[in-house]
Amino acid sequence: MSATGIGASIKRVEDLRFLTGNGHYTDDINQLDQSHAWILRSPHAHAKLNSVDTSKAAAAPGVIAIFTGADMAADGVGGIPCGWQIHNKDGSPMAEPGHPALAVDKVRHVGDQVAIVIAETRDQARDAAELIAVDYAVLPAAIDMDTALSGASLVHDDAPNNRCFDWEIGDRDATEAAFAKADHVVSIDLANNRLIPNAMEPRAAISEFDRSTGRYTLHTTTQNPHVIRLLMGAFVLQIPEHKLRIVAPDVGGGFGSKIFHYAEEAILTWAAAKVHRPIKWTAERSESFMTDAHGRDHETHADLALDKDGKFLGLRVATKANVGAYLSTFGSSVPTYLYATLLAGVYATPAIYAEVQTVFTNTVPVDAYRGAGRPECTYLLERLVTKAARDLGMDPVELRQKNMIQPDQYPYQTPVALEYDCGDSPATFASALKASDYAGFEARRGAAEKNGKLRGIGISTYVEACGIAPSAVAGALGARAGLYESAQVRVHPTGSVTVYTGTHSHGQGHETTFAQLVSESFGIPADLVEVSHGDTDQVQFGMGTYGSRSLAVGGPAILKACNKVIDKAKKIAAHILEADVSDIEFADGKFTVVGTDKEMAFAEVSLAAYVPHNYPIEEIEPGLDENAFYDPLNFSFPGGAHICEVEVDPDTGHVEVIDFTAVDDVGRVVNPMIVEGQVHGGLAQGVGQAVLEGCVYDADGQLLTGSYMDYTMPRADDLPNFSVSTQGVMGASNPLEVKGVGEVGAIGSPPAVINAIIDALSPLGVTDISMPATPNKVWQAIQASSVRQAAE
Amino acid sequence: MPTVSMTVNGKSVSAEVEPRTLLVQYLREHLGLTGTHVGCDTSQCGACVVHVNGESLKSCTMLAGQAEGADVTTIEGLANGDDLHPMQEAFRENHGLQCGFCTPGMVMSALDLVKQNPDPSEKEVREWLEGNLCRCTGYHNIVKSILAGAEALRG
Repeated sequence: MSATGIGASIKRVEDLRFLTGNGHYTDDINQLDQSHAWILRSPHAHAKLNSVDTSKAAAAPGVIAIFTGADMAADGVGGIPCGWQIHNKDGSPMAEPGHPALAVDKVRHVGDQVAIVIAETRDQARDAAELIAVDYAVLPAAIDMDTALSGASLVHDDAPNNRCFDWEIGDRDATEAAFAKADHVVSIDLANNRLIPNAMEPRAAISEFDRSTGRYTLHTTTQNPHVIRLLMGAFVLQIPEHKLRIVAPDVGGGFGSKIFHYAEEAILTWAAAKVHRPIKWTAERSESFMTDAHGRDHETHADLALDKDGKFLGLRVATKANVGAYLSTFGSSVPTYLYATLLAGVYATPAIYAEVQTVFTNTVPVDAYRGAGRPECTYLLERLVTKAARDLGMDPVELRQKNMIQPDQYPYQTPVALEYDCGDSPATFASALKASDYAGFEARRGAAEKNGKLRGIGISTYVEACGIAPSAVAGALGARAGLYESAQVRVHPTGSVTVYTGTHSHGQGHETTFAQLVSESFGIPADLVEVSHGDTDQVQFGMGTYGSRSLAVGGPAILKACNKVIDKAKKIAAHILEADVSDIEFADGKFTVVGTDKEMAFAEVSLAAYVPHNYPIEEIEPGLDENAFYDPLNFSFPGGAHICEVEVDPDTGHVEVIDFTAVDDVGRVVNPMIVEGQVHGGLAQGVGQAVLEGCVYDADGQLLTGSYMDYTMPRADDLPNFSVSTQGVMGASNPLEVKGVGEVGAIGSPPAVINAIIDALSPLGVTDISMPATPNKVWQAIQASSVRQAAE
Repeated sequence: MPTVSMTVNGKSVSAEVEPRTLLVQYLREHLGLTGTHVGCDTSQCGACVVHVNGESLKSCTMLAGQAEGADVTTIEGLANGDDLHPMQEAFRENHGLQCGFCTPGMVMSALDLVKQNPDPSEKEVREWLEGNLCRCTGYHNIVKSILAGAEALRG
C-alpha cells in the first residue's frame, strides 16, 4: 500500500500547467510556415448543389488553394464511415448512405461542408470564402421525425422513408403475455430533448505533410487518436498507419462529442499534401453548434404492466431516434445497444420488449453524448415508475423497493441481453433517502408554501452499463472494432516509470489516477510515474476514452503490464540474490527472499535490468518494459440513487434546484477527489438537460439555438452545491474492481429533477412536464392546470 | 498596419496588427500567450478574461488598438516563479479544474471579484460567475476554490 496509491486524494499532476496558462491545446500550437483554413458551410438544411464557383475567391488576397467535394471525389477519397452496423427486424443491414467529407451533389444540414479555403491568414481565408458563388437549389427539409418518416423529402435517395433501421430487442410474445394478465397498465409518452455538447474548447486541427518521407501528421481535438488514425487512414484517405501520426494534445473537454471522426480531419489531412504547407483550422463556437454531433433526441411511448400489488410484469417500449443527416461513428449503437439493453434498469421486470426506429433528418448528426443511450433509458424508466406510483396511489419509494433486483440475485440476467455482474440498488437507495432527509420532506414543502413557493422532491434509481466493452460481445452486437485497451509500462534504469496508455485524458485526470495505479503496484511514489497519452507515434495502440472505459478497461491493461514487469523483475532479483524465483516476494517496493533479510529495492532491480553486469543474460533479455492488452469480461455496471428537491415560483414558472443528493456505486475508488468532481460535472449536465438546455430547429432546418445567446448552458447560479457520496459493491468484471464514473451524474439525474418538478406542481393537478422545464413551459402548465382552471 | 504597444505581465510589448485584431488575438497570436483561451464568438464564455488596467475584461470584447498603452495581466503573469498565486493554489487544492480550458478565465475573473469583495458569500461567487462557463466541474469545486482563495488572500 502506497501513500500515493489507490484510495488517496492526491492533487492532480495536470493542474500546474493548466493553472499557469501552459496547457497545450490544439489551437495553442503553431507550425512553421503554417497556412489557415476556413470551411464554407451550407446555409441551407437541404439543397442540391448545382455549382460551386471558386474563381473569384481564388484570386482574393492571400489565398493558397480552394477545394470542393468534386476535387476530393476526383482523388477517390472515401466517405466518413460508421463504426457499428445494426440490423433490421428482418435481418437486413441498416441503411448506410454515403457521407462525403465535402459535399458532392447535395448538402444535408445547415453547416454541411461545401468547400475549404486555405490562405495565409484565417481572416483572408474567411474573407475569400464569402466570394465563393454557390448555386443551391433548395429542397424541402425533413426536420421532425414524423415528417421525415412520411418520406415526402428524402435526405438520402437510398434510405426509403428516411428510415435508417427498424430494430427490436427482447421477447415480444412473453411481453404480450405479461400485459394480458396485468391488473394495471401505466403508459407514458415522452421526448428526450436534443442536446448540443459544448465542450468548452472548440474543435481544431493542424495537418502536415512531409513530402520527403510521405508522412502525414494531424494534431486534432479527439478523445481517441488511434481510432481516428484507423478510420481516416484505412477508410477515408487510404494512408497506412506508419505514414500517419495523430496527436491529441491537451483537449478541453469532450463528453463524447470528440470521439467521432469528423470531416474536417480528413479534409485538412488530404489538403496538406496538395498545398505542401501545414494547415490550421479552429472552429468558431457557432461552427461547433452546427457541426459537432448532437446528443439524445428520442421520442418514446412505453407501457408498464403491473399486478395488483404493484409488481412489474412487463415493459413495452417503442422509440423513434433521430440520427441526423449522416450516420456518425457510433450514431447507430447509441439508440440500440447503449439504450434498450438497459431497460430492466434496477428492476426485476421479467418480460421486456423494445423496438427502435432511427430516422435520417436534415439536422446535424446525432451520436454519443455524456451517457449515450443510458440517460435516455433512465429518464424513461424513472419517469414511468414515478407515474405508475402516482396513478396507482402507491408510494414511489415502496414501489421501487418492491421491484428492485435484490443483492442475492447477482449475477442477474436481464431480459434484454445484459448480465449485471454485481450491485446493490436497495443499499444506495436507502443511503440516498437518508442523506437527503427524505422523511423530513413534507415539513420543507410546508415551509416553502408559506413563502409562496411550490416545493417538490424527485427520485431516480438507476444502473448503467459502461467500461466499453468486451470485444466478443460488442462484435456480436455489430461493432466493427474490438474494444479492448492497451498499455505499456516502461521502467527506466533508475526506477522511474513512463506509462503509455491508449486512453486519452481531456479533463478526467488520468495522468494522476493512472500514476496512482502504478504507485500502488510498484510501491513507489506517484511522482516517479509519468503518464503519456494522445500520440499514435508514442502509444502502440488504443481505443480511446468514452463510455466511462478508461479506468475500467485501460486501468487493468496498465495493471497487467505492471504484473508482467514484476514477474520479470522477480527473476532478475532471484538471480542477484541467489535464490529460487519461487522464493522471491514483492511487497512495498522491495523484492525479498522469503524468510531472510536479503532484499533489493525496486530501483536496484531496474538498474540491474539495464546495466546487466550481474544478470541471468542467458535466460532473460535486458530491459524492463512490458506491453499488455486487456479485454474486459463484461461491461461494468455503476448505479445509484439521485434525489432532487426543487422550488417552483408559481408566478414566474422559474425552477430552482435547491438540493441534489447523489449516492453512486462506482466500485473501487482510486482518487476520491477526482471521482467526486466527475459526479459534480455529470450532475450539472443532467440538471442542464432537465431545466435549461434544448436544441431547437425551425421547420426549415435553421438552428435557432446556435449560440450561447440562445442555447442555455448551465451557469454557476443555476446550480446548487451537490451532496455526493460513493458506496460501492466492488466491480466483479475487472481486476481493479472499478466500474466507471464519468457518466453516472448525467445518466441518473434528469428524471430526479423532472419528477421533483412534477411533484411540486402536483397539488395544481399538473402531471407532466417535458425537458427542458423552462420557466415559460412551467408557467404555461400552471395556467392550464386543472386546479387553476377550476378556480377561474 | 498600425503598431499597437502595451504592457503585458510587466513587459513592454509592441506588434504590427490589422486594425480588426482583437486583444485576445494580439495576446495569443502575436505575443504567443496562449493561456488566454477563446471558447465562443459571442462574448459569453469568459475563457478569455484578462485584467486590463486592473479590471477583469473579456479580451474578445476589445480591439487590440483600444488597449494601446494599457497595463494588461494574463494568467501567465500571476505566479511568482514556481510559487502559484494563492488563487491558483486554491484551485489546485480544491480540484477547481478538470480539462483546464475555462480555468484561466475563471481565475482571472475570481481575482477581480475578491478585489471588489474580499469576503464574498457562496451566492455572490455564483452570481459573479454568470459570465464564465464551465462544462466539466458543475461549478461546485470552482465556487469552493474561489471561497478558499478569497480566504487565503484575506490572510
